[in-house]
Amino acid sequence: MAGARILVRVQEADFDVSEELERLTAGRTDVGAVASFVGLVRDRAGEAAVKGMTLEHWPGATERALTRIAGDAAARWPLQGALIVHRVGPLRPAERIVLAAAASPHRHAAFEATAFLMDWLKTEAPFWKKEETPQGARWVEARESDDAAKARWGA
Amino acid sequence: MRVLYFAWLRERVGAATEEVETEASTVAELVAELRARDERHAAAFADLAAVCVALDEEMGDLDAPLAGVREVAFFPPVTGG
Repeated sequence: MAGARILVRVQEADFDVSEELERLTAGRTDVGAVASFVGLVRDRAGEAAVKGMTLEHWPGATERALTRIAGDAAARWPLQGALIVHRVGPLRPAERIVLAAAASPHRHAAFEATAFLMDWLKTEAPFWKKEETPQGARWVEARESDDAAKARWGA
Repeated sequence: MRVLYFAWLRERVGAATEEVETEASTVAELVAELRARDERHAAAFADLAAVCVALDEEMGDLDAPLAGVREVAFFPPVTGG
């Protein structure tokens, strides 16, 4: 949809979900649906306990990748807005990592676009997680299931 | 040419970025030069199947030509979200 509001941010600080969603629709009266996804730090990875993690990114390139992904979503669905806020740096279990959201006149586009944002972000945006476990720190390996999730949207 | 490393590649090389004088015409040739530098670089590039490359922020592969490229980044598959 022409003129979709694209909001993308990478930051160390936590974010307020309500404030972010408000930003996506502020000043508009034609939005019928806002869907959102929040990713949290889990305290387990398979069998291993996770005490915390550190997220590394590629400053500049990351924001450009997120902007492109959000723009792609707005080109596929009739969106009025697309939002991605992603944290970097040290994070503890239960902390928020990422917020993705989409605004549209109707719910289906908002739901689907939000899933698209996350599937593409997970495989295209330059972030890397390092987990702290009782056995030491380790870099998280990419999952094939994430590639499959992205593939369902076509190229 | 500017070379960037992220995640465990950065840790193994011991630097996030370095300036490299190179005659390499492809990414594969650049990797061969970097590997020959020292043990740290050799360790970073031990398993190329686990290494992604971006040329001026565009995803590429080992066969990609370096002509006109100013910045090459090496990193493992991404794991954000």
